Amino acid sequence: MIRILHKTNINFIKLRHVFFAISGTVVLIGIVSLSVKGINLGLDFTGGTLVQVKFDKPVNIGALRAAMDSGKVEAAIQSSGDSFAIKVKGTQENVNETANKILAALKGVQGASFIEEKRDYVGPVVGRDLAKKALFAIILSMFGIIVYVAFRFSNPVWGTAGVIGLLHDVFVALTAMSLTNREIDLVIVAAFLTIAGYSINDTIVIFDRMRENMRNFPKLPLGDLINRSVNECLSRTIITTATVFITVLVLFLFGGAAINNFAFAMLIGTVTGVYSTVALCTPMVYQWEKKGRR
Amino acid sequence: MTKLHWKIGTVLGLLILSIWLLYPTVEWYTKTPDERAKLEAVRMRPERILNLGLDLRGGTHLLLELDVSKLEKKEKLNDAMARAIEIIRNRVDQYGVGETPISRQGDRWISVDLPGISNTEEAENLIGKTALLEFRLVNTSDEAQAALSKVDAMDGSPFNKDGSPVPEIAKLMPKGTILCKASAGQDGERTRYYVLDATVPVTGAYLEGARVETDRQFGTPSIGFTFNKEGGRRFEQFTGASVGKYLAIVLDGVVHSAPVIKTRISGGSGVIEGSFTMEEARDLAIVLRAGSLPAPVNIIEKRVVGPGLGEDSIHKGLMSSLAGFLLVVLFMAIYYKGGGLIADLALGLNFVFLIAAMGYFNATLTLPGIAGMILSLAMAIDANVLILERMREEMALSKPVAMIIPTGYDKAWSAILDSNVTTWIAAVFLFQFGSGPVKGFAVTLTIGLLIGMFTSVFVTRAIYEFWLTSNPKELSI
Repeated sequence: MIRILHKTNINFIKLRHVFFAISGTVVLIGIVSLSVKGINLGLDFTGGTLVQVKFDKPVNIGALRAAMDSGKVEAAIQSSGDSFAIKVKGTQENVNETANKILAALKGVQGASFIEEKRDYVGPVVGRDLAKKALFAIILSMFGIIVYVAFRFSNPVWGTAGVIGLLHDVFVALTAMSLTNREIDLVIVAAFLTIAGYSINDTIVIFDRMRENMRNFPKLPLGDLINRSVNECLSRTIITTATVFITVLVLFLFGGAAINNFAFAMLIGTVTGVYSTVALCTPMVYQWEKKGRR
Repeated sequence: MTKLHWKIGTVLGLLILSIWLLYPTVEWYTKTPDERAKLEAVRMRPERILNLGLDLRGGTHLLLELDVSKLEKKEKLNDAMARAIEIIRNRVDQYGVGETPISRQGDRWISVDLPGISNTEEAENLIGKTALLEFRLVNTSDEAQAALSKVDAMDGSPFNKDGSPVPEIAKLMPKGTILCKASAGQDGERTRYYVLDATVPVTGAYLEGARVETDRQFGTPSIGFTFNKEGGRRFEQFTGASVGKYLAIVLDGVVHSAPVIKTRISGGSGVIEGSFTMEEARDLAIVLRAGSLPAPVNIIEKRVVGPGLGEDSIHKGLMSSLAGFLLVVLFMAIYYKGGGLIADLALGLNFVFLIAAMGYFNATLTLPGIAGMILSLAMAIDANVLILERMREEMALSKPVAMIIPTGYDKAWSAILDSNVTTWIAAVFLFQFGSGPVKGFAVTLTIGLLIGMFTSVFVTRAIYEFWLTSNPKELSI
């Protein structure tokens, strides 16, 4: 039998203050980053126009910037290979107006011709609507998860601890997006919800084991019970995380530009999902219940 | 038959059913793109197959908003929306694009997908035209003449932004009339205007057909139209009562021609002349045939993916997913040996069932959809890891094989159920995002979770139970 781990006996509860400090620091970094750098909201939510073109010859991004300047288009330009995405965010009432301006300005790039690969136009009403729906989806699913966990474990403390872990994970993923200047679009919202689902899934596996051990060893103190449960599940936790991590990593490295941001968010989420279960949710339950007993 | 026979029978039956459901999808996508295009043009596209989203096959997504402020007061919003969707569908169908999902979104939005079309200007014009055809009488009173000469003397447009005449013209207009622009004539010619009666005796709603006709002498295109019975009767009555007057043919608020009514026109047909190009005449004939929209529509969202980019993303997305999938399969087989192989077998079945189910539900695969699929497969693997780890724990207690297996499943079950349900809760709220990539994610993840629970628990257990009948002494996990 191949084993990644032999019987472990790590005292996670004892380490809880270290974990709390780490999470606190990360959250602090997140708050600073979000308030200083902010969130790079994508076209889906801000509205605007994106035109992606591919040139037949290598073109300097500077030449593109100059062309946009002389065409009086204030745009952000991103390149990947010979492809350039030219983006103008903000309220635009008419569907083809900005795109036509961009295309006209691109004609000013000398010595190379281009084809249009992709075009997005999101009107202001649609942007607001999508943002509202995204927020709704996130809030409602969190609420749904709390209710389900509270119901299944008939213990609101566990449910709340699980959801705090989940919020922590989504927040860390959001921080990572902010720090790396990646855009939050609809697909990223889907990634966040997946992270939420994944994070709570991981927590539930441990809670499930705790519930079982409570039945089997009713006399065991809570700290030992939690440590025992986490250690028993540790090899499962690592194997599952590893399999998901590998798949997402391959997507991140080779999946192409369209799915890169999604894979990035998922990579972060996979790691924090496990971390929060072991280092946050279960110690939090310990802290909470101990207080309650006193 | 024993319970085990039933289980094995169910699994094999489902496998056969899936292969049968998969067949049309596989057959369709092994055809060359040209063959597919030909079949789509004659509407021979099979119905229950897996579709590729616009982000994968290339195409255009448009979101239209019905301008409710221009809707007739008595018309109910729901009726107007249903009519608008119907008419847009007619127009797009006449245009000869293959299968085009058109659906209502929210209150007054209409989503139109045009697969394979990335040069959309023509399509936008076709969909966006209101095509409201009206026959009105020209008002030739002295007041009207005075108003028109005032308009001619003006430098700018006589209209406000909202389309009503500017105050100084409005006060000159006779009661019960409207001001209309004429269609653009030759270059350099001043735009002409007409004062028309506000009442509309006959509209394009009574049209039965419209086609392009060309003038024999000059070859200039015009549009011939025929009324239905009711329309023909009204038109005859109206022209009979108005002999000697001018009849303005107004399309979308622009006067195209205003011939004098010489006699009562019976037979229910006529011709719209104007300075059309051939394409304009063809598009007009299409939209007139399809009927007029209850109110103008505006494009509020447009997403175009060129065909090259779609191919590129499908290639990269699929290849990397496949690579990740194989890595996991390999890992499971090495780490858990026999148990891992059973889990891999279940995973393969999971994949087949999932594609078959998506084909049956006529679902659309998008790039995030592929990600959703991978996540559901990862969840299925997780279920098997949970079971196998439990089995290992039981094995460490030196229990007999026949006891290890059921205990492993029983103890892992609650965790598997809870984790799938919570992930499903997260996915289900994504369904509200109408069409498009994100919904594709929600669909594949939801179907995938259901199938994954079945294959990773029911199917693998049936395999173990079948294997147990040979009375094995050792379990390879």
